[in-house]
Amino acid sequence: MTEVSQGGASRGVSLGIPELPAPDYPADVRARLETDAKEVIARYPGSRSALLPLLHLVQSEEGYVTRTGIRFCAEQLELTTAEVTAVATFYTMYRRKASGDYQVGVCTNTLCAVMGGDAIFDELKQHLGIGNDETTEDGKVTLEHIECNAACDFAPVVMVNWEFFDDQTPESARQLVDDLIAGREVRPTRGAPLCTYKETARILAGFPDQRAGAVEATGGAGPASLAGLRLHRGEVPAPKVVGQRGESATEDAGAYDTPTSPSPAQHPSSHDAPGRTAESDPDNPADPVADRTGDHATEEEGE
Amino acid sequence: MTVEPAEKLLAPVLSAFWDDPRSWTLETYRRHEGYEALGKALAMAPDDLIAYVKDSGLRGRGGAGFPTGMKWQFIPQGDGKPHYLVVNADESEPGTCKDIPLLFANPHALIEGMVIACYAIRSNHAFIYLRGEVVPVLRRLHEAVREAYEAGYLGTNIKGSGFDLDITVHAGAGAYICGEETALLDSLEGRRGQPRLRPPFPAVEGLYACPTVVNNVESIASVPAIIQRGKEWFRSMGSEKSPGFTLYSLSGHVARPGQYEGPLGITLRQLLDMGGGMRPGHRLKFWTPGGSSTPMFTDEHLDVPLDYEGVGAAGSMLGTKALQCFDETTCVVRAVTRWTEFYAHESCGKCTPCREGTYWLVQLLRDIEAGKGRTEDLDKLQDIADNINGKSFCALGDGAAAPIFSSLKYFRAEYEEHIEGNGCPFDPARSTAWADKSRTEAHA
Repeated sequence: MTEVSQGGASRGVSLGIPELPAPDYPADVRARLETDAKEVIARYPGSRSALLPLLHLVQSEEGYVTRTGIRFCAEQLELTTAEVTAVATFYTMYRRKASGDYQVGVCTNTLCAVMGGDAIFDELKQHLGIGNDETTEDGKVTLEHIECNAACDFAPVVMVNWEFFDDQTPESARQLVDDLIAGREVRPTRGAPLCTYKETARILAGFPDQRAGAVEATGGAGPASLAGLRLHRGEVPAPKVVGQRGESATEDAGAYDTPTSPSPAQHPSSHDAPGRTAESDPDNPADPVADRTGDHATEEEGE
Repeated sequence: MTVEPAEKLLAPVLSAFWDDPRSWTLETYRRHEGYEALGKALAMAPDDLIAYVKDSGLRGRGGAGFPTGMKWQFIPQGDGKPHYLVVNADESEPGTCKDIPLLFANPHALIEGMVIACYAIRSNHAFIYLRGEVVPVLRRLHEAVREAYEAGYLGTNIKGSGFDLDITVHAGAGAYICGEETALLDSLEGRRGQPRLRPPFPAVEGLYACPTVVNNVESIASVPAIIQRGKEWFRSMGSEKSPGFTLYSLSGHVARPGQYEGPLGITLRQLLDMGGGMRPGHRLKFWTPGGSSTPMFTDEHLDVPLDYEGVGAAGSMLGTKALQCFDETTCVVRAVTRWTEFYAHESCGKCTPCREGTYWLVQLLRDIEAGKGRTEDLDKLQDIADNINGKSFCALGDGAAAPIFSSLKYFRAEYEEHIEGNGCPFDPARSTAWADKSRTEAHA
């Protein structure tokens, strides 16, 4: 697909010379995306409201938000690329570099972390040999830690392409990524059989999933959601000693028995450490900041 | 087990048929009186409908507890401007997990509530701002809206009433701050999600500077049941000032985590009693009544009535009723550090106290957790939190300060232990969901 131009480093000495505009999409791609964009824009009284869905749409084309995608959004909405970039860099779901087909997010917010999310994240980093926000060499899996995903009664939670994998253990999570890498079909505990990240991004842009059975997959509410209802109906036996925590929980016993706390410097949430600027971070050129006037300098964008 | 049977304390309404194998469909919803309230509502005058919801005493379920009917009443009528309803489905507060299962299992309750609310406030276009990270819910919302259009509950001349309504489902893109209503509106307008100065309030100048109601999912989804069964029925539950039913979300080191729908004013002790208590062999150490932004409680607070007044009087907030329970294996410093890292990450950067304050809180907390802290750091934590609390642009800052204040209040000794003992005395492996299956002897 359309590739971004070289990083900022090569332009280090070209003072005062603005960067060339991003390349456009090939004509056929552009025509197709324009049709989609018109449909998105028509949903809103004000066209700019379409920006978030359009950024999802361009991610569905290229897997991340490229300069070309930013240019496309800007043109559709009559904004500047700077305005679009300011928005694209604010939200964590917009990827800023090429990443994997499957975004594996381990919740490491307090409750999931305590319940085992930290151990799961450590296990996956070690097993895959990658760190936070890195991708396996085959381009299949991007690993990241995520914040609370509103499923605390199913903790610890792992999300893959934003489908729920509830009540995980290090063992089940390792199996999950192995299956993804091997190309085996993977089904979430709540949600539809996995599609690729690009296909997911299209749903996020507001185009309903057309796959047969996708909406009804995994049935009504998940088991924890029914805890109160079942009690009310008198359906639940006396409280169990160990329980409702997913079948693989018991097999893991002892395997993750790390007696020491991770050093805080290695916390998954180290992303709020002082962010490196694009200038000091050649790995992450953060285009098109070369022609920016300072709008990237936001600490909350840590990574 | 307790003397009082659980079924007498619980009152599933929104969750009443979540176990139906096709609970999310229009067909199932209709089998459970779905869209019957809409017929009643459309037969009422809009102003009477607003008064009815106000009289029911329904208060916002998103955290602040503002009376829903009053929010509707603030919308100026006859002003010639379009009015909007925006449903806040950006559920992201750590610990909060009620709206997402509600929308997954019963999206039509929200849609029916939206049609009723829009008829009342005279809005012809409503939005559901759903956080982006929940694609299974997005699918069902797309489908529910499609079904509702097809059945004539949305679109033009709804059920022959002459009332028109369109609903747009909008997926966010990952930003906790967008749960703050004015940041949500900026985000929905295609901007960075940063809070707006108030006044003007959204009811006067909200989306596209037009009168806008922003309501939480659960608040709006509760409206059809109130119309259908009556405000007296609603007021028969809970207390005078906190009437009605609500979803309590029990999570953490409890025997049976999950959603428990019941009258406001239930206590954590009652919920734990019916849910089988804490996990076997452990005891409650600290918990949040309504997400990480509500000051934490301890086992002293097991009998606090979980309604707006009860929790407020005990020094916290009901918030989102997200009851995150941690047992004695959990390090408070670790928990608070992680929450604070979250707030620092999610601070939008607009105002200085929050942006800088959360950053420095994280630095101090990490040092303390690593055993590199100093005793005076505890006062410094308190001081920084005090400089954020009430001095930030929006409630995210107050939320960031809450775990600091409350943990120092109840667990100062544990902080000191980290400082004096040069590190964390807790073993995180003992807190995991699988700990007791693996390590009964392993860690003697």
